[in-house]
Amino acid sequence: MATQASFIGQKNKKDQVYTDPWNMMYEAERTPSFFTGSEVIKEAVRRASCDMMVAYPITPQSEAAALCGELFAEGYIGDYFRGESEFAVMSQCAGAAFGGARVFTTTAGPGTMRAMENFPMWAGARLPIQMIVTCRGINSPLSIQPDTLEISYLMQTGMLVWHAETAQDFYDWILMGYMVSEEPDVHLPLALCCDGFFVTHTKDMVDLTPVDMCLPPYDPYRSPVPCMDMECPPVRMMRDPFVMKSNYISYATHASWQQEVWAAVERSRKHTIRWMNGLIDTENADADVLVVASGTAVSQSREAIAILEDEGITVGLVKVKTLRPWPGEEIKEATKHAKHIIVPEFNVTGWLAREVRSTIPNNERVHAGPHVCGGMTMPPEIIASEIKTLMGMKTETLSARGS
Amino acid sequence: MSKERIKIAEELFDIMPVEYQDLVKRATYGNETRGWKDIGNAKELIEEHSLCAGCPESMAFRYILASLPNPEDTVMVGSTGCTSLVFPHVAVHNIHSLFGNQNAIASGLKRALSVRFPDRTKDVVVLAGDGATVDIGLDMTLQAWFRQEKFTTICFDNELYANTGGQESGLMQKGFVAKMAPVGKSFEKVRLPEIARESGCHYVVNCTVSKPNLVEKVIKNAIHVAREIGPTYLQLYTPCILEIGKNSMEGLQEMRDSEKPSERFAYKEFVSEPAKELLTEMAAKEKERKAEAKRQLAAKTVSV
Repeated sequence: MATQASFIGQKNKKDQVYTDPWNMMYEAERTPSFFTGSEVIKEAVRRASCDMMVAYPITPQSEAAALCGELFAEGYIGDYFRGESEFAVMSQCAGAAFGGARVFTTTAGPGTMRAMENFPMWAGARLPIQMIVTCRGINSPLSIQPDTLEISYLMQTGMLVWHAETAQDFYDWILMGYMVSEEPDVHLPLALCCDGFFVTHTKDMVDLTPVDMCLPPYDPYRSPVPCMDMECPPVRMMRDPFVMKSNYISYATHASWQQEVWAAVERSRKHTIRWMNGLIDTENADADVLVVASGTAVSQSREAIAILEDEGITVGLVKVKTLRPWPGEEIKEATKHAKHIIVPEFNVTGWLAREVRSTIPNNERVHAGPHVCGGMTMPPEIIASEIKTLMGMKTETLSARGS
Repeated sequence: MSKERIKIAEELFDIMPVEYQDLVKRATYGNETRGWKDIGNAKELIEEHSLCAGCPESMAFRYILASLPNPEDTVMVGSTGCTSLVFPHVAVHNIHSLFGNQNAIASGLKRALSVRFPDRTKDVVVLAGDGATVDIGLDMTLQAWFRQEKFTTICFDNELYANTGGQESGLMQKGFVAKMAPVGKSFEKVRLPEIARESGCHYVVNCTVSKPNLVEKVIKNAIHVAREIGPTYLQLYTPCILEIGKNSMEGLQEMRDSEKPSERFAYKEFVSEPAKELLTEMAAKEKERKAEAKRQLAAKTVSV
């Protein structure tokens, strides 16, 4: 059977060289490029040796999904089509992954929710599909604006869930994501999330890897479960189907498999740490006041921290990169000296603050907020003002400043 | 095939389960003339099933598995329901994922296999109940046909939700009193065969599974047409004897009664023009193959 090593150095039909992924990501020369987030997705997929992409229009991921269609027309993707709904699309992705393909798709907000039944199935079936989630509001009345509430649902599915801050994160993590999720001891789907519009529709400088290098192809025979292609023996899977049995063996089988899926999430840590240089990034972690954030909230927090720095107040920052696996120990360690921990979020419920609270000792230190939702932006000033209030300092109200 | 793919190392042969040894020694993978008549003589691709005694679905399963033209390169896709109790016993790769998404799974699967094995034939066959095909999964059933996905969809029509205990389904007859239709179903049985034709299927058959030779013929036709031309649809009556108040021995008679000319499962067939051409060509080849076999047999007899 094929092994990945055998492809290194060979060329694909687009004359890209299958390159050792570590060399490609960390040693090859990068070219700075000024692109929208959607274009960055396209450029990453161009280098990802994808066999299949299934697309469906929903703002704000439609542009990325359509750009990947251009890649198919150019011959960079094995097959590509528009499905009929996100539920169907995610099942089509599953079918392709069951058949041994490297699969890519994108969705957002209500689409994520519509497709939700598929995600625990993907994880349980150990399908290493990569799904870009460009988060948007899922509330009624209808909203197409950024809001990260959908991530909290994905976090319970058994998928890997990463939260990109910038287009650069996105570019690197799409490629690294396949390397982590296709490891035999992981072999799980990845939801690579970003905050819609803020990342997808703004332009940013991104350092791209060479266009003539691509990832080695996916090897489905490194999967911990058989690939459904009749290339390996079609043995009868079980004597009795577990679904109808109300007995201990049936329960134990389901229970142990669920535990195994979550154990695989944990096993992804070591690979993720190697590829992404840790599950969190920290700056000034020994400060009395720390901001813990993920996604665009990190960028806004950086601005707030700069404002406070000008006033002589030092605030540290913890950027949470992966939500599943959850970097609990890392956050515990990073926050151990902090007196106040601020968790700004682009959603109404504050799921990140809940996760942090459930992880660290003396969790009354965690201050959930500020929260914005429904597409509101989060001006750095409101983060700065929240921090000052928490520190017992006087702040002007935002309205008084006319901002 | 290549039974090569399932061969057991000689040293380990005796410790493999007896069913698997049988599969290697006596299964009909790779035999181009395989069919329902192998049942009872060769190793079947279904082990003992967990359906009710006398369930016509179990007959249908045996006939279909015996008739697959290319089981060594066939992947089946199922859905939730009584069929999903049988698939774990079946010796071809099969996928169960969710309820109603079978034609979406098959679309992705067939395309992936075409990308990965461009020079080989890999058949994909969907087999699901009427709830999965017509109710919860209807959009994905139809959309796969609209897109001309090249696989066969088989619906085991038992005219209700059997596995959950006999609730109303879209393929149930009007007036039938069932769970969730406490005063009788208020609308007609959905006419999916006609819808299949209008949706782009190239070969559509509506029948029962009372006659194994007929099942063999329509399965082979449907799979070959799907492989070469486009989507095909078979709607097979497999009554739920439990829910219609019949005994184990009465399934066959129920099917015979329902396939009379005036009944709802009278044999109905639609074949598109390109499919007609293909089937005519195949029939001619089959005739030639049989004639050749006869000639060879005669030559052998003479030389003896």
